Amino acid sequence: MSDSTALTAGAAPRFHLTEPHHPENGTLLGFWLYLMSDCLVFAALFAVYGVLGRNYAAGPSGADLFELPLVALNTSLLLLSSITYGFAMLEMQRGRTRQVMLWLAITGLFGAGFIGIEMYEFNHLMSQGAGPQRSAFLSSFFALVGTHGLHVSFGIVWLVTLVFQLNRHGLIAENKRRLLCLSMFWHFLDVVWIGVFSFVYLLGSLR
Amino acid sequence: MSHDPVADAGGESTFKGYMTGFVLAVILTAIPFWLVMGRVFDKSSTTAFVVLALAAVQIVVHMVYFLHMNGKAEGGWTLLALGFTLVLVVITLSGSLWVMYHLNTNMMPPAMQDMRNMP
Repeated sequence: MSDSTALTAGAAPRFHLTEPHHPENGTLLGFWLYLMSDCLVFAALFAVYGVLGRNYAAGPSGADLFELPLVALNTSLLLLSSITYGFAMLEMQRGRTRQVMLWLAITGLFGAGFIGIEMYEFNHLMSQGAGPQRSAFLSSFFALVGTHGLHVSFGIVWLVTLVFQLNRHGLIAENKRRLLCLSMFWHFLDVVWIGVFSFVYLLGSLR
Repeated sequence: MSHDPVADAGGESTFKGYMTGFVLAVILTAIPFWLVMGRVFDKSSTTAFVVLALAAVQIVVHMVYFLHMNGKAEGGWTLLALGFTLVLVVITLSGSLWVMYHLNTNMMPPAMQDMRNMP
């Protein structure tokens, strides 16, 4: 950058930038960029559902299949897991490892409840003969909701791993960084779920 | 080099911030479910419009209060990446729907069109 003039003048070369504060650790920004690319994956799946979501192939429609009370329960579980993860972050700021682990465990339980209900729903649909092979609508539905569920499942695996890490090493800088990354991941999945319950379940239930 | 990851993430988050976001999110979730389950509006297009509008508002609420989006985090790069992604998402969604809708209406073979008109 501006250091090239210093080199030609014969002075000792300087290898630091003279720009204003720059984050020394790019992990959080990099993780955010990963989330944005993940956002594009979901955008593609939403687009597929938007195009194929009404192609029932003379099979059942969303209004026939979706059980909104179950979806409402699922939505509240995910929303509660978001706020309990927030409480874990607040305890992290206070440096209380035990409380962080407790809130993470509660978050994980809510997440597991979400996945459990989704598995029940998928199983129920397939037992009615409304599996992904039934119609284009159901194929795109299972692809979109299944991908979201897969993300939540991997989030839970990550969360359990972090609880063990915290138990072993405490709130060191590395673990704080990991907690911040998982925080973004977890809240991002809740944001995607807003799109799923609004666009897929609620609009699909309208006749 | 001592380095605090929390500072780079856009500063401290507060209990008040999380609770504000949570209460707003609960309200913005409850209204669309109530609209659809209670069949509040007669026209389903009105319901669809309101549901999508509330979803957009709720996404902003989550971004601000849970993901702590602001122009200062990471020197503004997160917001820039988000803006770029939103542009791509809008192009993907509106483009796919637009193109495929016209393909369906304009290029459907006559036989298929008859089938579509069948009960």
